[in-house]
Amino acid sequence: MNREAVIVTEELTKIYGGQTAVDRLNLNILEGEIFGFLGPNGAGKTTAILMLMGLTEPTNGRARVLGLDPARNPIQIKAKVGYLQENMGFYPDLTARQMLRFIAALNDIPTESADDRIDHALDAVGLAEEERKKIGAYSRGMRQRLGLAELLIKDSKIAFLDEPTLGLDPDATNRMISLIETLNRERRMTIMISSHLLPQIQRICHRVGIMIKGKMVAQGPMEKLAREKFGVGKETYTLEEIYMKYFQES
Amino acid sequence: MKGLRVIILKELSDHFSSYRFLILFALITMVSLITVYMVGLNIRNELAGIAKPRFVFLMLFTSPGALFSLVQFVAFFGPLVGLMLGFDAINRERNQGTLSKLLSQPIHRDVVVNGKFLAGVILITVMMASILLFIAGLGLLVVGIVPGSEEVLRMMIYLLVSIIYIAFWLGVAMLFSILFRSTATSALAALAVWIFFSFFITLGASVLANALADRGGAETAESLIKKAGIVKAVTLLSPMELYTDATATVIDPRRKSARSVIALGPMEQISMSRFSGPLALSQSILVVAPHLIFLVALTLICFAVSYTVFMKQEIRSI
Repeated sequence: MNREAVIVTEELTKIYGGQTAVDRLNLNILEGEIFGFLGPNGAGKTTAILMLMGLTEPTNGRARVLGLDPARNPIQIKAKVGYLQENMGFYPDLTARQMLRFIAALNDIPTESADDRIDHALDAVGLAEEERKKIGAYSRGMRQRLGLAELLIKDSKIAFLDEPTLGLDPDATNRMISLIETLNRERRMTIMISSHLLPQIQRICHRVGIMIKGKMVAQGPMEKLAREKFGVGKETYTLEEIYMKYFQES
Repeated sequence: MKGLRVIILKELSDHFSSYRFLILFALITMVSLITVYMVGLNIRNELAGIAKPRFVFLMLFTSPGALFSLVQFVAFFGPLVGLMLGFDAINRERNQGTLSKLLSQPIHRDVVVNGKFLAGVILITVMMASILLFIAGLGLLVVGIVPGSEEVLRMMIYLLVSIIYIAFWLGVAMLFSILFRSTATSALAALAVWIFFSFFITLGASVLANALADRGGAETAESLIKKAGIVKAVTLLSPMELYTDATATVIDPRRKSARSVIALGPMEQISMSRFSGPLALSQSILVVAPHLIFLVALTLICFAVSYTVFMKQEIRSI
């Protein structure tokens, strides 16, 4: 199958006040792929995502998202790409429906079709019964799912999910992970997900990248990374083993 | 601009449903109604039996009731409205994490800050206009006077200047809400600036004038004039003074200068009494044109600074 690369970066670099947050990042993410973005906290994953969204300008290097340059056409990119930041900001005084209507209005979706989309999206993420509650009363898991509903409203082609499972209980985590997988399968949404939950990542990701101190130290399908580190002899491996190996070496 | 309308509507509905706005609005309406009612009764008693002078209607706004006139009241408490509307405009969104949510939607970054400022201005307009209409209605009831067309025009100009004045404070508050992450800090900083520029500058001006103009020895006419000049120049830095000056001749046709002129000798008093008739509107405006322009410029500068700072901030720190 010949798939198109939707996210391409070349030597993408960001320097904050003398510190290199992202160091010459080369990425190539294909359409319909789930890409696991791994690395310790502060490795530069969020910064890389911000550059791809056009929310911050790269110091050096180039990026292409859906064929557009994020530094030049941030508006077009933001219309097609969804971003769920780490601490999921929602207005606590709004209900889920009001919040999604606001998002729809900002995305220029006409009110009539927005309400349809909102119905579907709330259904899909299992919040249809909670739509009249204020978001302030939502649990963390519900907020995260509301975030996914937002991606459905926008009908994003690409989604950047920054730690979507952070602080969730095991049940909510599993629900979130399977929702993400569904989005990818049914909507062909390309997903770039950063997380520390390696078993879950291993379950859903097609490829992973490991970023440490701003540098991408390894990238590719898990079998390939395992082969590189453990040789062909090892039949079973977990992502955790691979990750720790890379982490200790650098 | 794309998304601007959406942001404005969102902000307006937030404000209108917030308790702090309702409480403040109720308070201000109440105080201004009471003031004007007292003023109205005063005017009615004093004018009973004598021929009605021109521009009685505007006296509702300028003559002090028990404590202060409405114009003074707005000069004092208008800034509080502006500060209250803006002190947490940006940093609350930042703390909630909604700012990056907003910015990751397909809108330009300046739409957020423009929308918030414009929503504030709309709200100030609604508030001031309704207070003025209240008062006009009450004036009709209590004093039984109908405003003439010139009076209406003067009221409109007064309304416009008041909106700009309060919008200036909104701009100050928004600037602090961009600079500081904590809403408490930005509220305190904005209050401090308000108190400094409204009250301390006027006190400090005479101290400064004494320090600069006093060369020891007896006071001469020149040193007095020099002092008055310094005081005048320094107090122009205070938006409250600027506003009081700018509205002085607009709302009161009988005034000839932005501040009251001290007649020094009997001859000066005689020569001034020759011009006792009211000024034409255009002349009234001409007297305070510099003040008006300065006030508008201050507001624009303040907004421009907030705008630039916000546009240059790294998202990382958002």
